[in-house]
Amino acid sequence: MTLPIRAERRLVVPRTVALTAVTLSVLVALVVIGIVFTLAGIPPLATYARMFRGAFGSTYGLSETLVKTIPLLLTSVGLAVAFRALVWNIGAEGQLLMGATAATWVALFLLPDAPSWVLLPAMFLAGFIAGALWALIPAFLKVRFQTNEVITTLMTVYIAEEFVNYLVYGPWKGAAEWGFPYTDRFPEAAQLPVLGATRIHYPTLLLGLILAALMYVLLHHTKLGYEIRVTGENPLAARYAGIDARRIILFVMLISGGLAGLAGVGEVAGVHHRLRYARGISAGYGFTAIIVAWLGRLHPLAIIVASFLFGGLLVGGDVLQVSLNLPVATIDMFNGVILFFVIAAEILTRYKISVRSKEA
Amino acid sequence: MGAETPAIEMRNIVKRFPGVIANDHVTFTARAGEVHALLGENGAGKTTLMNILYGLYHPDEGDIYVHGRRVTIHSPRDAIALGIGMVHQHFMLVHSHTVAENAVLGLAGTPFLRPAQSVREQIVALSERYRWHINPDAYIWQLSAGEQQRVEILKALLRGARVLILDEPTSMLTPGEARQLFAVMRQMAAEGRTVIFISHKLEEVMEVSDRVTVLRRGRVVGTVATRDTSPHELARMMVGREVLFRLEKKPVQRGEVVLRLEGVTALNDLNLPALKEVSLDVHAGEIVGIAGVAGNGQKELVEVITGLRPVIQGRIFLDGEEITNRDARFIGKRGVAHVPEDRVHMGVVPNLSVAENLILKYYDTPSFARGWFLDLQAVTTFAQQKVKEYQIRTPTVHTPVKLLSGGNIQRLILARELAFQPRLVVAAHPTSGLDVGAMEHVRQLLLRQREEGAAILLVSEDLDEVLELSDRVAVMFGGRIVGVVDASEADVEAIGAMMAGLNTTAEAAA
Amino acid sequence: MDWQVFWTAVLAAIPAGTPYLYATLGEIYAERSGILNLGVEGMMIMGAVVGFGVTLSTGNPWLGFAAAALAGALLALIHAFVSITLRANQIISGLALTMFGLGLSGLLGRRYIGTPLPVRVREVPIPILSDIPLVGDLLFNHDPIVYLSFVLVPVLGFLLFHTRLGISIRSVGENPATADAMGVNVFRVRYLCTVWGGVLAGIAGAYLSIVYAPAWIEGMTAGAGWIAIALTIFALWSPYRALVGAYLFGGVKVLQYRLQPLGVSPNLLNTLPFVLTILVLLMATGEVRRRRIGMPAALGIPYSREER
Repeated sequence: MTLPIRAERRLVVPRTVALTAVTLSVLVALVVIGIVFTLAGIPPLATYARMFRGAFGSTYGLSETLVKTIPLLLTSVGLAVAFRALVWNIGAEGQLLMGATAATWVALFLLPDAPSWVLLPAMFLAGFIAGALWALIPAFLKVRFQTNEVITTLMTVYIAEEFVNYLVYGPWKGAAEWGFPYTDRFPEAAQLPVLGATRIHYPTLLLGLILAALMYVLLHHTKLGYEIRVTGENPLAARYAGIDARRIILFVMLISGGLAGLAGVGEVAGVHHRLRYARGISAGYGFTAIIVAWLGRLHPLAIIVASFLFGGLLVGGDVLQVSLNLPVATIDMFNGVILFFVIAAEILTRYKISVRSKEA
Repeated sequence: MGAETPAIEMRNIVKRFPGVIANDHVTFTARAGEVHALLGENGAGKTTLMNILYGLYHPDEGDIYVHGRRVTIHSPRDAIALGIGMVHQHFMLVHSHTVAENAVLGLAGTPFLRPAQSVREQIVALSERYRWHINPDAYIWQLSAGEQQRVEILKALLRGARVLILDEPTSMLTPGEARQLFAVMRQMAAEGRTVIFISHKLEEVMEVSDRVTVLRRGRVVGTVATRDTSPHELARMMVGREVLFRLEKKPVQRGEVVLRLEGVTALNDLNLPALKEVSLDVHAGEIVGIAGVAGNGQKELVEVITGLRPVIQGRIFLDGEEITNRDARFIGKRGVAHVPEDRVHMGVVPNLSVAENLILKYYDTPSFARGWFLDLQAVTTFAQQKVKEYQIRTPTVHTPVKLLSGGNIQRLILARELAFQPRLVVAAHPTSGLDVGAMEHVRQLLLRQREEGAAILLVSEDLDEVLELSDRVAVMFGGRIVGVVDASEADVEAIGAMMAGLNTTAEAAA
Repeated sequence: MDWQVFWTAVLAAIPAGTPYLYATLGEIYAERSGILNLGVEGMMIMGAVVGFGVTLSTGNPWLGFAAAALAGALLALIHAFVSITLRANQIISGLALTMFGLGLSGLLGRRYIGTPLPVRVREVPIPILSDIPLVGDLLFNHDPIVYLSFVLVPVLGFLLFHTRLGISIRSVGENPATADAMGVNVFRVRYLCTVWGGVLAGIAGAYLSIVYAPAWIEGMTAGAGWIAIALTIFALWSPYRALVGAYLFGGVKVLQYRLQPLGVSPNLLNTLPFVLTILVLLMATGEVRRRRIGMPAALGIPYSREER
């Protein structure tokens, strides 16, 4: 080993230690980013204060935070189920886009004249199915050919992005959009209602909260959830108990893809009211959701809190962009650094660290 | 011969593992130019002793002398520097590399550029000397187990081994390959090297060795010259005679046939035949013990019965219903309990709670499930009851199983497997690694199942245990059942001989 | 499509594929040692911004490349620490690295947006050889970084397959327990390869911002790092095949623009590399075939002596 450190394994990490570790690691991450800010000539404390006020300090800020919480919540709750079964679905971004695409197809081409109460449920259904099917391609390949799902799901993200771009630059390009890569605007009936003057499309938010609760129930109160946990924790014991791992893989991919698809429907029906080029629909919600799921320790209820905090972080990122003229991507740095410290802290809390006197 | 300095001398070696003394004041001497067999049952401490010599373990007490010089061996590197090489049962080879690349891995003194080229000639020369036909450019994954073993020996020789330790070298070989290996061992001894040969197979020991040291339960029983001994004497030394303690075994009327195997054949993980036309009946109210040295098909036997391994020929019946190649769940549902050999890796889910582990086989039965949902109240109640009944020591039923001791994990597994009056209990090494108290408890539980009319198939390497618990003993050797004897009339020596593949003329299978 | 159009596309594929090539070579080394680094995109973009910035302030593009290599190495070191020493999940750590790189580069690069470089790295035709018809243009009329890659491919290939170090690297990625038992320092080899992967990814990014664009545009790698990860598999972990794959994918990138007038959707053409990668993975099914194609068996699995 390279370091003169002795690490003794702790079998159980007390909940207080775990929570303290997460909180501390986020704080340390903020200090590190603060140093980077200082070096870049940006006053860190004032900037943090502005971000915080922007995300949580006003009704408008809070409402925008909730708008961004919605896709994060739906996507990360689904991913948590997959990760619990040790299935690495990294492709939620693509599944989200396919959901958005399917909803657009329903709204613009399949049922453009349907009333709202038919159209909106149809869009959500189509979005779920499209996201799920898109996720089932790598799932099928894993079950049938044992391909590594990390790579295949990732590849399907780029295929989905290019597919959406193809549609909005090509066959679906809106007639009234002045050459922008957008489809036509959705009919009124295909637009989700919002809370007052905000952009909070509350039906999707409610859907997210309900699904988070449902996923909690699924994991901890159902036979299927039990099977998922057994498979993820000890595949050999799952085999011993006669649990069919292939069924579990297909199911968790279906759920995680489907939920990401629903998030995509929310974005087009609730926020954009049209399909746009891929990065315009989702600025990496599918990837941020991976962090959110991890930060929430793959626990659906903790993920609700984590999604809200990351929603706030994304809005804080918008503040950086608008009022401080910093690039949008700055917020990715927050994501990355926080994630690093959280995983490091998670590992470190498993050990009692001491300096080793000599080679054992 | 007696005056010369021995190549290896290990004096009063003591090695303790938690709860076990693996080597109890072992003294062992091997001379240059001899093939020295280290004989004993599994768990007798043979491999531990050699791992100490090779620097993988450090002895708690005792001294090691190499060519008369006292040495301390910290790691395999030290051992290699002292001219000691070891070929493990599990080969240390990189499968995607060629023979030559494996040979140079970590080998000091090879050039930076094209190091594999530098040893090619040596490989070819060694290969010719021992008639191995090894192509230095062949990839390991293309080689048979026997060829891979030759590469391992070759690696040791390239590192200048004067003392070569072979751990159960024939366990993966065909009889033909084994004969070739023996010729090489003899040849190396003739060259003045020391070959230490770990084995539990009497025939082989008689065939190839000059001297034999027999270990039993961590102690040396004796060292004898092969030409002055006989297989029967060695068998007696290996198996011993004393019985530790007697259990109260009530007479039980043997009932109808519960498990029937008809000519069952199956492959092992390497796709080699591991079970060969095994036929066996186990009746209600009867314990049938499987005696045999590990690796003779016991693991595969357990797995075909419990639905974890496909049967390629033959049929299996449970209470008259065919269960051949049905999945584990189907078989479990029909009342087959399985106490697996690898308790922590297969028997439990360490991160889930005691309660959740107790329902591993039953979570979808009406007792614990309502529709899609689990009845968590029923699960908790069941767990509390079982924890009490089986004296599982755990703070709460919601404690993760990984915090429990080995004995408590085994109690948990038994509590689960025996919970719903199984028709058949398949218990694989149910007491191995347990302390005496837990061992007693497990044995009592198996006897109680017998009294309640279950059929029990007990696989154990502890012959005393098999004899004590079983009504009948079936001895396995080479994937076959070579004899079935009544436990009350069993002759330990005869069974020992059958286990070693010496005698296959026992009574025909029932 | 006439011959002239085709030929210019082929010639353009080489500079277009060069960033892929560097990044892929680096990832091949990391993965061969058993470390999956999904942070290539992040290391590339940091290389791009640091390379651009240093070139801008010093006027020396070679200093820019050196700084970019250093930046890539530093980022890779984070991943190495988290995944090798802390033995954390490599997937999550790599994603974090990509995000970190994208974010930090955006922050560092905001001053450079719209700024032109004072110097250009130009093609250096090799005398006489570059006058050979066809071959001259194809091989001997490029910038120095392309020439360097021509040299690097065989050198890295030879190093990996025919040297002591290469054997150690591959054994560590294949069977770390055996390598450890044979006296190879598993941790050192993995650190070395991961950091080397960062060096090459940094150079790849700098090539985009100093030579190919040349400009700093936020997020200018635009998925090139992910393509490099796909190419690593496509190349079956071989530096030689990485060359073929990189130029093939570079060609696809060039063709997008050239085929557009002919009515072929550039977006659908863009999906080709990714579809191809999935197909390659499909061919890599089954244990024997997986071995034959060279996928490191211990890829993504942390090594710990205690759990051997």
